[in-house]
Amino acid sequence: MSYFSEIYNGIKTLLTGMSVTGKYFLNARKGVITQQYPDNRETLKMFDRFRGEVIMPHDDQNEHRCTGCQKCEIACPNGTIEIIWDRGIDEETGKKKKKIDQFVYHLSLCTMCGLCIDVCPTDAIEWGQNFENSVFDRTHLTRVLNKPGSKLAPGVED
Amino acid sequence: MTIDIIINSHLWFAANTAEGSLSILEMVVIALIYLGIFSVAGLFLVLLERRVAAWFQLRVGPNRVGFQGLLQTMADALKLVSKELTGTSKADMFLYNLAPYFVIISSLMALAVLPFTNEFQAFDINIGIFFLIAISSIGVIGVLLGGWSSNNKFALIGAMRSGVQTISYELSVGLSLLTMILLTGTLQLSEIVDVQKDGWLIVQGHIPAIIAFMIFMISGTAETNRAPFDMVEAESELGAGFHTEYSGMKFAYFFLAEFINMFIIAAIAATVFFGAWLSPFGITESIPWLGVFWFLGKTLALVFLMMWFRWTFPRLRVDQLLTLEWKYLLPINLVNIVIMALMVWLNLIIRV
Repeated sequence: MSYFSEIYNGIKTLLTGMSVTGKYFLNARKGVITQQYPDNRETLKMFDRFRGEVIMPHDDQNEHRCTGCQKCEIACPNGTIEIIWDRGIDEETGKKKKKIDQFVYHLSLCTMCGLCIDVCPTDAIEWGQNFENSVFDRTHLTRVLNKPGSKLAPGVED
Repeated sequence: MTIDIIINSHLWFAANTAEGSLSILEMVVIALIYLGIFSVAGLFLVLLERRVAAWFQLRVGPNRVGFQGLLQTMADALKLVSKELTGTSKADMFLYNLAPYFVIISSLMALAVLPFTNEFQAFDINIGIFFLIAISSIGVIGVLLGGWSSNNKFALIGAMRSGVQTISYELSVGLSLLTMILLTGTLQLSEIVDVQKDGWLIVQGHIPAIIAFMIFMISGTAETNRAPFDMVEAESELGAGFHTEYSGMKFAYFFLAEFINMFIIAAIAATVFFGAWLSPFGITESIPWLGVFWFLGKTLALVFLMMWFRWTFPRLRVDQLLTLEWKYLLPINLVNIVIMALMVWLNLIIRV
């Protein structure tokens, strides 16, 4: 008798599968997951988990949160980050103190592994959502992440 | 439109040529018209497949070339025509070049007997169904030749699988059509349509007819080597299967033949089970040329069903394929024929 029950189960499961795909087919208009990219360039928004490039956010007073600890530079497996640092006089205490001069980021070497962002103790760097990274000259992919004239935000090191 | 052309050309030839050359010239012209229509129709079937596949997978599909991508496959075909024809160095060149023509010609020959409307049928022979079954299994010779002569192990494996598959499923196609022949009592397609003026055969034959239809669709899908029976060109295992070594226009012949074969299987099913060009309940009986519309509508609905199969079911293994045929479809089919014969004998047919 299992012969007939196998036929019955076979047809039943085939119809179950077809109803699933049929529902997707009928909802194809509403549920399209493809982005028609160059057409919707203005409205296209990348999802939060997207790893486009490493950026260093600055606030209104042109202040970043990077203390120049170089943990990211050590964590990076392929030398993407180079921190050129300097010693300056701290205005409050008058002591000499380490600060960053240039946070150099080679996008052309980056594998988007995210170790630098995980390791950063002050959350100075994070993922950017930019994905249009093609340039005519690869030297454009070497970027200085801290803006000129920026300084460490107060209270980061406390 | 096309019917007018055929009828007018018939009159024109009758008026202008001598008796002997008349029929040959007329045949050539009709063949060329069919060739033109169906190579273009095949291209649009490819487009339909791609759009339907995209919708099943929540994608958009080709929509750039022309309105909603209507010219996409035309552009693809033009590209394929302009491409270089490559081949393997130790290929058997004669068979290698012959194979695509076997496949495409056998699928185009089957189109001749399909009844599009009452008048629009190129070749109404009294063994129509038999001719269709015979022609549709000639195509596999082309597949075997192509796979054998390519000098490529993947192509050879694909071709041998195709041989196994076609020989097995040929039985089910034939027997499921034979079940319906018991109802019609004729093999001639125009007479099969005439019988269905009392109700489509799937209604007349009710339960056995529905079983026969299901078996026909399953084995027809297997005959055309489409998923879930696409072991012949299983992309993940065999590259492109038997046509791995073909490029350019020769590849396009194989590709086009696959889609025309799908159309033919759907058209046979529409003719034998769903009354070909007959409108439902005879609503457009007074306008005979609308038959083309009904025929194509039924056929495309069945083509869509085959596409639905393709984008739903996973591929079968070879042993599962043979189990399905020899242990399930064939015994069911034989019992079904006996049931249908009893039904015809006891006159249990539903006639409207």
